[in-house]
This record gives sequence, structure tokens and C-alpha cells, in this order.
Amino acid sequence: MARKPELLATAASLEELRRLIDAGADAFIIGESRYGARLPGEFGLEQLEQAVGIARSSQRQVRIYAAVNNLMDNRTSDTLPGYLAQLAQIGVDAIVFGDPSVLIVAREAAPGVPLHWNAEMTSTSYAQAEYWGRRGASRIVLARELNMEQVIEVKGLTELEVQVQVHGMTNIYHSKRSLVDSYLGHLGGEREGVDSSLGKGMFLMEPERRDERYPIYQDDYGTYMMSSDDICMIENLHELMEADIDSLRIEGLMKSPEYNETIVRAYRAAIDAYAADPDGYRFNNEWLNAIRHVQDPERELSYGFFYKEQVY
Amino acid sequence: MAMILNHPGLKGNRHRLERPELLAPAGNLEKLKFAVHYGADAVYIGGQKYGLRSGADNFSFEEMREGVEFAERYGAKVFVATNIYAHNEDIEGLEAYLRKLEEVGIAAIIAADPAIVETAQRVAPGLEVHLSTQQSVLNWRTVQFWKDEGLPRVVLARETSLEEIAEIKSHVDIEIEAFIHGAMCSSFSGRCVLSNHFTDRDSNRGGCCQSCRWKYDLYVDGDTVNGEEDNQFTMGSKDLCMIRHIPELIEVGVDSFKIEGRMKSLHYVATVVNAYRQAIDSYFEDSASYELKPEWLDEVNKAANRPLNTGFFFDTPSTEEHIYEPEDKAAPYDFAGVVLEYDAETGLAVIQQRNHFKPGQEIEFFGPGGTFFKQQVGELYDLEGASLDAARHPLQHIVLRTEQPVNPMDMMRKRIR
Repeated sequence: MARKPELLATAASLEELRRLIDAGADAFIIGESRYGARLPGEFGLEQLEQAVGIARSSQRQVRIYAAVNNLMDNRTSDTLPGYLAQLAQIGVDAIVFGDPSVLIVAREAAPGVPLHWNAEMTSTSYAQAEYWGRRGASRIVLARELNMEQVIEVKGLTELEVQVQVHGMTNIYHSKRSLVDSYLGHLGGEREGVDSSLGKGMFLMEPERRDERYPIYQDDYGTYMMSSDDICMIENLHELMEADIDSLRIEGLMKSPEYNETIVRAYRAAIDAYAADPDGYRFNNEWLNAIRHVQDPERELSYGFFYKEQVY
Repeated sequence: MAMILNHPGLKGNRHRLERPELLAPAGNLEKLKFAVHYGADAVYIGGQKYGLRSGADNFSFEEMREGVEFAERYGAKVFVATNIYAHNEDIEGLEAYLRKLEEVGIAAIIAADPAIVETAQRVAPGLEVHLSTQQSVLNWRTVQFWKDEGLPRVVLARETSLEEIAEIKSHVDIEIEAFIHGAMCSSFSGRCVLSNHFTDRDSNRGGCCQSCRWKYDLYVDGDTVNGEEDNQFTMGSKDLCMIRHIPELIEVGVDSFKIEGRMKSLHYVATVVNAYRQAIDSYFEDSASYELKPEWLDEVNKAANRPLNTGFFFDTPSTEEHIYEPEDKAAPYDFAGVVLEYDAETGLAVIQQRNHFKPGQEIEFFGPGGTFFKQQVGELYDLEGASLDAARHPLQHIVLRTEQPVNPMDMMRKRIR
């Protein structure tokens, strides 16, 4: 038996959370959009507390991580002491942060609650992991733009837990501006004021890349452009497990509970099979077939940046 | 402004004793010298590594040393942008690079990656570390965090309003640097990997290909909504210009006024620095009677690459602050030459050619402090006295008569329409 990495999922509701626990998720990142970045659904403190209750009563030791990884303005940061204290009281298993204001407030308001550093595209090296580790973080969530070699190297060079995303879409652009509203205002007429929130199906197409659809949506905290492909690492999951990566995240944003359930089951099966017998592990093509069966044909399954070389 | 000036963090419309620093970009050594000569208190440059403008000329250590020596004659400082988010392989060599910056006399680095921040503090304590806007710092607690980490200065996110800056200044005693002029990321700085996805170029290590300024089709309910070809969706923002709001910036306590543009021209740097220098100095001569001089605005517009706006200082940018129509980029002026010498007795100047010009064209001369006049190009000669029908060759030395005295490093531009 090898040590199993954590299978981390998102959830849009308590119902989906229960369903994904049954499908095999070990942990969830949930919260409210005032504090957490790009969440599939809203979990206010009350729902968060219920989620913790559900997690505690599950047979496996399911963990609940609170998403507090937005960039914070003064007004939001003023509410952090109260919010983090309540998270600690509820008993969340970690606070996920991407703005140092959360770190300094947590030292006072939520001492003892583990902290996960997740600044998305800017968490790029083992040296950064060590930096945030010395300031209290127990986990680094690596940028999706790193490749496999870099991910494995970080794991070898830091004491912190390392988390990577293995499935789903990624955020590729975040603006504080209401860019869709601004543009629709420019067009005027009946387009002005059309709802561009999460789930409304808006997307961008770049004229020279007609095959790619980039979802775009807005909320009170700005405009988000998302990747046109979904990462899918199930065929090569053993590389991450061999490297002893601690947490594998499935991003459920803009996906149905049915889809997410299928994905969690597939990854659960792969992780369990590997852990039972690492040396004899064989990838089972049925896991991928199950994913392909529910995958939106307009969205390519890709390896993200895991096997890419970038220039600069 | 009433709301901002009533903020408890402010002591009313007070007289500030300390002048804010005017911080200018310098893409190469020549630009550095002109930026300083035209009034920058400090310049920021890029070295061969660790900077976010891999397309700029960037400085060798020898050029840095020369730049520092030149700047020192004016009492000005040189900062180096080391503002990438480093990957594992970038860490090797970092210590040696930072030590070298310290050795050649660089005053500060501008860094975003905490690993670079910490390494600089450890190996090159003579370098100040300024936190880059790439960290997108928006709130005073985060500013406090970086102060506690030993940083003397934070460059705020461009998304911070004047009111929020006032709050930050009231909570934390630290130098605040803010962008006041130039092009802007429309995303939170650092929170954009469009280039990575479109072109496999790492935007946070200098590979940005400005995909935010490309045109996109926006689909709503499965159909594109843009219609006309010149009417597509884009994220491209107008450029920042705060020349109309110098008193507000000074009064909320911004310590360093930063001009964007390491990729911009010599003409741009000199023109924009010149205008802001005059505005800041004018305020400190007599704040009570300060008023915006129309010529400062005219000058800034002559160097503008895009329409201008005030970013997030007063409100969140909306329809009017973005560029949907085809861009009318060109200012109606072109940089034409630099004055190398002037002979007061003959009234003849030697000009280094930077763009084609010929007799009969309308030209303007300007220099530091707002000296300015227009004339027509008269007869042109080369250094041997041979008559020329036009100044055709880049960097050619051209003799022409100027209607008023000029000085070395004064600049000449021509009207193009």
C-alpha cells in the first residue's frame, strides 16, 4: 500500500458535496465569493458549518477547506478578523489564502487553523513554497502553468504539502473591471445589461483560434476569462502519485453535479488502484472513457501545461 | 474630491513638506539620461534577467554603472525591475545577480516574487526592496505585512482608488508608490496568463504578448453579438493620465509618482517626465494658487499612444475607459531630432536626426522646465557645410538655424498633420 494523495473537489451546494463524498472526494474547497475566488456555489457560514458537519459524519475523514483566496480591498480586509474567527469556530480544516492580509489576521483570529497558500498563477517555485511555509503555510497550491518536471522538483525541495490541479478548467485572466458590461454598454440597445454572471454561457472566440471557446463571466469582484480546455491528467496520474504529490484537485466550476461525480469516481478509482499496488498499477482506459462520455465535445481534454515548454 | 479630503486619514488640504519622487521608465541608457535630465528623481530599468520586459533593450551591468553615475550628478537614483515570478530554474544565479546590482550602485529593486524579496534582503542588504505592482496589493493589512517584512516601499495595485490610498497611508507608515501615467494591464497585474495559453509565452516572466488588446468575438446564447468587424470585444484599456490631478495625489500622500513605459520612446519619456516635473514643482512653489497649465496637458497628449483616462483613482473604469473602436494611435507629432550643440553667436544648432525632416516643415523645440518654441525648418547643412535638401539619415548630424537659443539634450519634434 502506498500513501494515497488527497482527492480535492469543489461543490456548488451541500447536495453536490454529499454526492461527491459518496463518489470518493477526500476534501472540498468551498466558501463565499466575497472571500473566495471563482467558486461554483455560495457557502455562507451556516452552509459551511453544515458542510463541516457532513464531513465529520462521513466514514472517511473528509476535510473542508475554506476559500479565502481573493485579493482583498480595505473594506473586505476589515471584515477578515470576524470572518476568520468564525471559520476557526466552525472547525474548518484549513484556510486557503492568496493575499498576505489573511495570513496576518489568521495569526490572531484563527490560530492553529492550517493555512494553504494559493495565489493561483503566481505560485511558481519551491522557494516561494518555503517562504510562505516559514510564515505559517502548511501547503502550497502550485500554478497550473508549471510543468511536470517543475512540480516534481518543488515537491522534492519543500517540506510543505503540494497541491496541483489535475482536472477541469482554469482561470486565465482576472480583472477588477466589469468588462462584459462595459462592452455591452458600448454596443448599446437590447444588449445593454444582459446578465453575464456565472452559468450564463457567455464565451469569447479569438478569430484565429475558431476551435477554442473561452468562457467569460462577471461577478461583483470583476471579470473572469477561463481556459478553453479542461485539464485531464487521469492517464498520467501515476506520475504525480509516484512523486508523492499530496493533493490532487478537481475543478468543478461550470460543470454539472453529474459531470463532477463521474470525474471524482474516475480519479478515485485510479488513486485506489495505484495505492493498492504501485508496482503492478495499470491505467484502465475505462476511467478515461467514462470521463469522455460526459465531456462537452466543444471542450478539449488536455494535459494543461504539464508537458509544455514555455518561452519568455 | 470632497469625500477624499474629508477622510479621517487626511489632515485636510495640508502643505506637504516632502516632494513626491517622480519615477520614470528607462528602456536603455540614453533614455535613462534623458529621463533624469528632464526631471526624474529616479528611474527604473531592466537588467538582462529577472525583468518583465524581455523585449526591451535592457541594461548590462556596465551600462547600469554608467547610468548610476550619470543619475548621481543630478541626485537621482536608479532602480532595477526584478519583477518576474521565478520558477525553480530561475532561482540559481539570483544571488549573484542581486549582489552585482548592489555593487554597481543600484538603489533599489522592484520585486514581486517573495523568494526574490527575501534573497535580496539576505545577500544584498544595500539594495532597498520595493514590492512590485505585480503583487496587486489593495489593502492596508497587506501593506502592513510587507512593512513587517522589512520593505520600505510598496507599489500599489493599479486598482486602488485615491480614497483607499488615503486609508492605507493613515494605517501604515510606509512609502507608497503609484502608477500615475502610461499603459495599464486591464487585469490585476500578475493574474493574467493569456499569453501562456495563446502563445506558450510566460507572461509573468516577461513573455506578455498583450493578448488583452486583441479583438474577440463575444458569444451570448450561442451567437456572436459584435456585428461590425471594427466593433469586437476587447479588454484593452485606455492609458492612465493623472496630470490633471497632481494636488489630489500629493495630498493623499503618494510618495512616488510612477510613469509606465520601459518600451516607450525617448521622445515619450522626455515629454511626459517634463510635464509632470513642472506640475509637481509648480504645486510646491505655491499650492494655494496652483492650477493646471494647459501646455502640460498638450505636451502629454503629443506623446500619447492611446486615449487617456484616470484608471481606478476615482471610480471603476467602464465603457468609456476602454478602446473598442479602431485605435487612432498616432499623435500628430513625430520625434525629429536631439540638440547636440548650439552656437549662440551664429544661432546655429547641431541636431542629431531621429526622423526624416526637411525645409519648410513646422517643428517645435522643447527642453527641461518647459522651454518651448515653434518655427519652420530653414536651410539644412551637414557638418562640412554642404547644403542638404532633407535630413534623411538616422543619427546624421544636421546644422540648422534655430529662432531661439537651444541647449544640448533639447528635443525637436515635427508636426505630421
